[in-house]
Amino acid sequence: MTTPYQHQGAPGAVYSSPIPIRRAHLGDAIASEWTKIRSVRSTIWTLSVMALLLVGIGLAVAAAITTSDANVEDQPILSLGFFGVLLGSLCVMTLGVLTVASEYGTGMIRTTLTACPTRGRVLTAKAIVFFALVFTVTLALTLFVGVAQVAIIDQGSPTTQEWLRSTLGVSLYLALLGLLSLAVGSMIRHSAGAITIMIGLVLLPLVMAMFMFTESLSWLQDALLEYSIPSQLGVLYDNSVTQSGPMGWEPLWIMLGIAAVALGAAYTMLNSRDV
Amino acid sequence: MRTPYGVRMIELDGLTKHFGSKVAVDHLSFQVRPGMVTGFLGPNGAGKSTTMRMMLDLDNPTSGNVRIDGKRYRELDEPLKYIGALLDAKAMHGGRSAYNNLLCLAQANRIPTARVDQVLDVVGLTPVARKKSKGFSLGMGQRLGIASALLGDPEILMFDEPVNGLDPEGIHWIRNLMKSLASEGRTIFVSSHLMSEMALTADHLIVIGQGKLLADTSMADFIHENSRSFVRLRSPQRERLREVLRESGLTAVEAGSGTVEIDGATTEELGELAARHQITLHELSSQRASLEEAFMQMTAGSVEYHAHGTSHAGPPSDQQPGPQWGQSYQSDKGA
Repeated sequence: MTTPYQHQGAPGAVYSSPIPIRRAHLGDAIASEWTKIRSVRSTIWTLSVMALLLVGIGLAVAAAITTSDANVEDQPILSLGFFGVLLGSLCVMTLGVLTVASEYGTGMIRTTLTACPTRGRVLTAKAIVFFALVFTVTLALTLFVGVAQVAIIDQGSPTTQEWLRSTLGVSLYLALLGLLSLAVGSMIRHSAGAITIMIGLVLLPLVMAMFMFTESLSWLQDALLEYSIPSQLGVLYDNSVTQSGPMGWEPLWIMLGIAAVALGAAYTMLNSRDV
Repeated sequence: MRTPYGVRMIELDGLTKHFGSKVAVDHLSFQVRPGMVTGFLGPNGAGKSTTMRMMLDLDNPTSGNVRIDGKRYRELDEPLKYIGALLDAKAMHGGRSAYNNLLCLAQANRIPTARVDQVLDVVGLTPVARKKSKGFSLGMGQRLGIASALLGDPEILMFDEPVNGLDPEGIHWIRNLMKSLASEGRTIFVSSHLMSEMALTADHLIVIGQGKLLADTSMADFIHENSRSFVRLRSPQRERLREVLRESGLTAVEAGSGTVEIDGATTEELGELAARHQITLHELSSQRASLEEAFMQMTAGSVEYHAHGTSHAGPPSDQQPGPQWGQSYQSDKGA
């Protein structure tokens, strides 16, 4: 460390690193984002709380129904998972926002974008890693809760459609809702602000609908009820608040569209803004 | 673009950045030459960090551009292997361990993971590699930032105020590290607001004030021009002294509290002169203007945030107007 240094750019003394240069691509960015998401405590916390909510509420509701001997024949058994998933979605939204916004909060985003100046690649890698993580975790949890509920209640077996929608469908829906949160977090760049916006997005339509008593607003009230996120989630469980509006798998396509538009906007903003 | 030596080089061409109506960086053009330490000097708020962010394509210039070997930063595939940068020691996720903070950067650039342990060792953080970085002191955070800059073993290194908040041992370590990195043929670009720090590390100097280029000169030239020596005299017979000096063709400058300062004469000559005219002297001393004073004078007109009511800077500050000095460097640069 004490070798004399050269002056005025002496010729021929270029430093050349022994580390081989291998072209980095999206796969490397995904590996990087996976390291990031698994190495912070907020990931473990939000996903643990989500597991607790889904399993805890799911099993508690099922147990309550068997002990009270209530007749649930008119309601699909798997729809009992709805309450846990609705609360669990708050965890998914929080984690989605934090995945991007915490980088702005800590200043890490500068380091990240210095290491990978192709900004689109960073956001794509984040979206892929986060989507895969949430989808996998939710699928495992909804499957477990569904099987447990059917076993506990023991009143007929759900159809294949019901099984698919309440596990695969719900998991895709939550993962897409998470992607929407991730996009909002990337645009707002502030964790608390983005989480508030997401919670408002879930709750406000229902709350607002409650206050629309007048006849002239009833169409808006219906629309808010039908298209609010909790109702859409209910549709996947055949447990909608209303009898009109989207049916079957439709909520999934609606959320896919919204998440795609939000991610598109997030890409555009990330590429043009200073960090 | 390759330089005549065939080595990596950063070129800024008319780089300008406006934040609303405020001009942060104003048509900045200079080159960072390879194989040496280039100091980037300016008072707080001069636009150093904004310039460095634009060099890394984090901020978009309002106009002008930066080329690294003829390319934009965004066009580099594995940028960490070309440029390592320490912008802000806190630009890490505090909840993540030092090791994982570096690992995710290495992965993004396909740098072998073994390199993470190597750089942790270089900066002396191996014992705390698995500790969360939010518990790190400022000095440790700075070392972690330097480790991330060294990760890709790059040919160009950029450090923004690396000695900020470091203890003397840490400062000494960074100085030696920079010199040793430059001696390996790397290009080092380091910003500071401390002239004294630059005098010890930099080979070349770029001075900016309010986003404008004030000087682009070699350190040796800067020292040569600014280590001006002068003689300070204090006498109860002030009027008589000034008269004698004037007769001898010497210009004396009042420096307050009854002292005068004289350029272009030695203490011996002035002592003998005083003795010949039987003038009592209370002080006869040889003085040297510090580089810090030269720097302050150069940037005097461009300091953004003045502290009001503080005492004035060193003695020679009212002798020459600042811009002249800057101009002489500008012409040096052309030569």
